[in-house]
Amino acid sequence: MLDISTVFNAIGYNTRVVFMGVTLLGVAAGVVGTFTFLRRRSLLSDALSHATLPGICVAFLLGNAVGLNARSLPVLLSGAALFGVIGLMSVQWLNRQTRLNEDASIAVVLSGYFGLGVVLLTLVQTVSTGNQAGLESFIMGQTAAMSAGEALAIAVLAFVAILITVLLFKELMLYSFDPDFAQGQGWSVDRLDYVVAGLTVFVTVIGLQSVGLILIVALLIIPPVSARFWTDTLSHLVVISGGIGGLSALTGALLSSQIVNMPTGAIIVCCAGFLFVVSLLFAPRRGVIGVLLRRATSQQKLLQTRQLIALLKPTAPSRLTPRQQRVMAALASRGLVKNHQLTPAGVEMATQARDNLRLWEEYLFEPTGQLPENCQWGVDDIHQMLPEDSVRLLSGRLKKRMAEESVS
Amino acid sequence: MTAIEFLQIDFPAMLAAGLAGVICGLLGNLLVLRRQSLMGDAIAHAVLPGIVISFLLTGALGATTVLLGATVSAIVAVVLIEGVRRFGVVEPGASMGVVFTLMFAIGIVLVSVFGADNVHLEPEHILFGQLENIVWLDASGWSDVLSVERLLTLPSEVLLLGGVLVMTVGFITVLSKELKVTSFDPSFASAAGLPVMVIHFALMIMVAIATISAFTSVGSILVIGLLVCPAATARLLTDRYQWQMRLSALFGLLASLGGYTLGSLVPLYLQLDFSLSASGMIAVFAGLMVVVAALVSLRRRNQVIYEFNPDQAGQ
Repeated sequence: MLDISTVFNAIGYNTRVVFMGVTLLGVAAGVVGTFTFLRRRSLLSDALSHATLPGICVAFLLGNAVGLNARSLPVLLSGAALFGVIGLMSVQWLNRQTRLNEDASIAVVLSGYFGLGVVLLTLVQTVSTGNQAGLESFIMGQTAAMSAGEALAIAVLAFVAILITVLLFKELMLYSFDPDFAQGQGWSVDRLDYVVAGLTVFVTVIGLQSVGLILIVALLIIPPVSARFWTDTLSHLVVISGGIGGLSALTGALLSSQIVNMPTGAIIVCCAGFLFVVSLLFAPRRGVIGVLLRRATSQQKLLQTRQLIALLKPTAPSRLTPRQQRVMAALASRGLVKNHQLTPAGVEMATQARDNLRLWEEYLFEPTGQLPENCQWGVDDIHQMLPEDSVRLLSGRLKKRMAEESVS
Repeated sequence: MTAIEFLQIDFPAMLAAGLAGVICGLLGNLLVLRRQSLMGDAIAHAVLPGIVISFLLTGALGATTVLLGATVSAIVAVVLIEGVRRFGVVEPGASMGVVFTLMFAIGIVLVSVFGADNVHLEPEHILFGQLENIVWLDASGWSDVLSVERLLTLPSEVLLLGGVLVMTVGFITVLSKELKVTSFDPSFASAAGLPVMVIHFALMIMVAIATISAFTSVGSILVIGLLVCPAATARLLTDRYQWQMRLSALFGLLASLGGYTLGSLVPLYLQLDFSLSASGMIAVFAGLMVVVAALVSLRRRNQVIYEFNPDQAGQ
């Protein structure tokens, strides 16, 4: 394990600025990506990022023709941004005007523009003698060649992207969850779609140099998907997603500065992927292990309750399945069962469980009966799950029904 | 340019591109109809680590090694995408995006760590293809094209593509009914007792094989253009499954030959001192076909609305 502080002290001012720029870029990608993710349009950013390649080449060729220093970053990146927007409009046009579905539109735009970029790259190679080497680096990304000025510009621009999202947070939140209501409130969903896609292009363009155009899409998708495992609240989601994006960008940049020949973009994405796997498995709320554990405990609770109630009847099943034997053993260890018979404590517990189950069954007749969140029907104590007055209503009805049944 | 030069250099490249175009055109239909066009993109990216690992294990970039490694990689990707979607409860697009970008990044890291001193393993070749490197030096004259014996001396990439084409046509004909039903009405298919998931996986493996066999000619990223664009073009022009298949295969062939001609032959003919990337040109050509078809279908649709709009008919 690398000692972070010694690494930090060993690196110079220039590198530190680069790290800051890349980290802010990661945060911005995580924040902006949250909204494309919630709108279920994550892969749109894939098409937009691929569409920037021809823009870079066209900007280079035009700059070369008019005698500008064509390698200058602002020129190249404005070309990239222009083509990102053109790519976005192409997807919208194909999607709305033709019968093609969104996935096909995205794929067509992605491959068409990227192909154009590859063709233009070969043209760039012939136009410029030997100084085109920079352009391919936009595909995979490389921070090694980044100057402090460029990194500072990236930091500022990433900060602007974050700021825009924060300022529009209320509008974006509403539009992510309830586009119809947002439309009804007078906010054009179309326009907000363009704002989010525009921010995506913005983040893609400032990430071209460090992460590269193929992998920037990973920074826009992986952090929000990972963050989703930890929370159900949008504001938390945005913060966690930005945090994951920033953390993976910083770690990736650190690692790539320590290891020779390591492409920055790829290692950043691997860091994000590591955080994704951690979230997928270990997030307490929606992580796989947490969900499986909760499912197992609730199943155990259900089985034990059922077994207890079954034991109340005088004729206990003569032959137990292996699973029933395990349940019996668990009950015995809780002191509720002894020699396949209920102990006095067990009888009390079983009677409670039975009465509770009867109330729950009565609840099924409730026409609008809706279970509260995280409630296990028939097992959890109904007195704690439902308001006291509705339980009283249920038990009144239950008594009446039982009386009727005993009469007939 | 003499006939022999054409036979030795351009003919095998055009043959490879054309075969790739037909294979991808056929399979791409099913992706477009199932709204899984981006699965081609995902698989095309996700095969990279498999290719690199199998290369590292065997030390050579032979056709079988590549095919094996990439197929395993693609299967892993498809299983992971499905797994993340199910266990993580995320939408399919996001789950795809997570899995393929991550696998691609792992592939790039492996290439940079292990492939630095190895000239044979360049990411650019895997990404953009090396159509120009497919040559048939044994060719001696036009009569070779008609002789099976001589055709077998074609480069292994071309022979592989030929084999995959036979496989693809077989797959589509044998499973024709199942593929059609699961594409158009998956709920009915599963209610009727068809193994929808098995068919899905079988299709994905076929797409993976097609992607891998085509990536030597057009590269792993541009193969998505051949998978989706011909099918989308056909989709815009016809409503019938049979025609969709035929048109799409035809457009795949057209895109490959047209793209190659524009990229390699036209600059040569005009005696320019450079040629353009043929694989890139194929993707551009395929994209332009979609645009033309979209414009044609818009015109057609507008006319139809003008003549037969039932909403306006009663007014």
